[in-house]
Amino acid sequence: MAHDFLKRIRRGIAGLILASVMPCASAAESIVLASTTSTEQSGLFDHILPIFEKASGISVKVVALGTGQALDVGRRGDADALLVHDRAAEDKFVAEGYGSYRRDVMYNDFVIVGPGADPAAVKGAADATGAFGRIAGKGAVFISRADKSGTHAAEMRFWKAAEIDPVGQGWYKEAGTGMGPTLNMAAGVDGYTLSDRGTWANFKNRQNLTILHAGDPKLFNPYGAILVNPDKHPHVKKAAAERFIDWLTSDAGREAIASYRIGGEQLFFPSKR
Amino acid sequence: MLAATFSDALALLATFDHRVAEIVGLSLRVSGGAVVLGTLIGLPLGACIAVGRFPGKAAVSVLINGLMGLPSVVVGVVVYLLLSRSGPLGGLGLLYTPPAMIVAQTLLVVPLMAAIARQVVEDAWQRYAEELAVMRFSWWQSVTTLLYDCRHSLLVAVLAGLGRAMSEVGAVMIVGGNIDRATRVMTTAIALETSKGDLPLAIALGIVLILIILALNALAFGLRRWATRRFG
Repeated sequence: MAHDFLKRIRRGIAGLILASVMPCASAAESIVLASTTSTEQSGLFDHILPIFEKASGISVKVVALGTGQALDVGRRGDADALLVHDRAAEDKFVAEGYGSYRRDVMYNDFVIVGPGADPAAVKGAADATGAFGRIAGKGAVFISRADKSGTHAAEMRFWKAAEIDPVGQGWYKEAGTGMGPTLNMAAGVDGYTLSDRGTWANFKNRQNLTILHAGDPKLFNPYGAILVNPDKHPHVKKAAAERFIDWLTSDAGREAIASYRIGGEQLFFPSKR
Repeated sequence: MLAATFSDALALLATFDHRVAEIVGLSLRVSGGAVVLGTLIGLPLGACIAVGRFPGKAAVSVLINGLMGLPSVVVGVVVYLLLSRSGPLGGLGLLYTPPAMIVAQTLLVVPLMAAIARQVVEDAWQRYAEELAVMRFSWWQSVTTLLYDCRHSLLVAVLAGLGRAMSEVGAVMIVGGNIDRATRVMTTAIALETSKGDLPLAIALGIVLILIILALNALAFGLRRWATRRFG
């Protein structure tokens, strides 16, 4: 009796396993793009990827991580291409042979956001470095990404320029998380943080947060595309990944990037060639 | 603000489209696959530990019980390292695909299902040990007979596994990558919407997730009742 029962179950299960695994094997060509939380959470990919897919028939699977982590995924060969924003780390990645080449794709800027009441008077600062100095001087709560992302790298450059070592200070909170969760934290405690403009523009849980400082040329935030080196990782889908990178920097791709807007505001600007 | 978020979430439920249905479907496929594999591995494993006599049995029982609290994110990292192109199983190219997510969730639910099965079968074993001995059942026959006799109680193990698999986010996020229309499931979609600060949408998806888990439990409850009445 028991064995009949088990046999029946076994037959059913074999079918179920097949059914659960089969639909994953799709015929259409696809590449894995490791990118940043800022590009994903800004909504840019939802806008441009369908346009590329339609033109090329190649579907782009985006894994959104911090730039540091995305470069790591590329180093291990788990992505075909990268779209990230930490120029120094990107150049190192290519120089070490993990990437075949890097191309400028687009840019926008970082913004310093904080509570509307602005206890550290960041609004009156002459430049971004001065704004960071005022936050430290006042000891106002600052939420850091602290996740080796491009935004985190930019933030650390500003602290260095202001000659401040914030790590370990009581007012400096290292969140170790993506841009969105960091903004959620800043909104929750009326703290300051550095955000990329794309994530900020698409972020809905702002509460008292507002942009307090923007426009300093040092807040420039360029994004680059990298082909993961097929010599290091032979399984990289070179042709399809190159087609995507070529498209991003072509007239059609530049137009797609420039046409992404939230509330009339353009979030990403194609790089000049 | 909490009340406003919830009422916005309820309003959103009416607007859900096929994209949400796709995400729900993948959740069911991945977690369902993991629970099927977990049932195949975990229940016999638990029964074997319950019936078997071997040195270190107590230690194994404690280990299995302890692993019920295995952090999903640790499982995610371990499976990532295994399936990464630079890892030992990289050649399979499974990373960032639903099968990788099934593997990770299976590792998560096996200890949980085995631990519950061990307890259930051990209790039954103590009751029927003499009868099974009189009938000269082999060790393996005892295991299968007890598993069959305890099938109604073991449903709890299956449901616990399903609940754990459907609700975890750490493992599927890392090995699946939360790729739109490929590996995005309920929990990773909720995490993404929370990241965007779209809390009403996150809550609305959360409500859908809870309703599905409730519906599956109700289905199991009804099936069990029907089976008890029909087959005794």
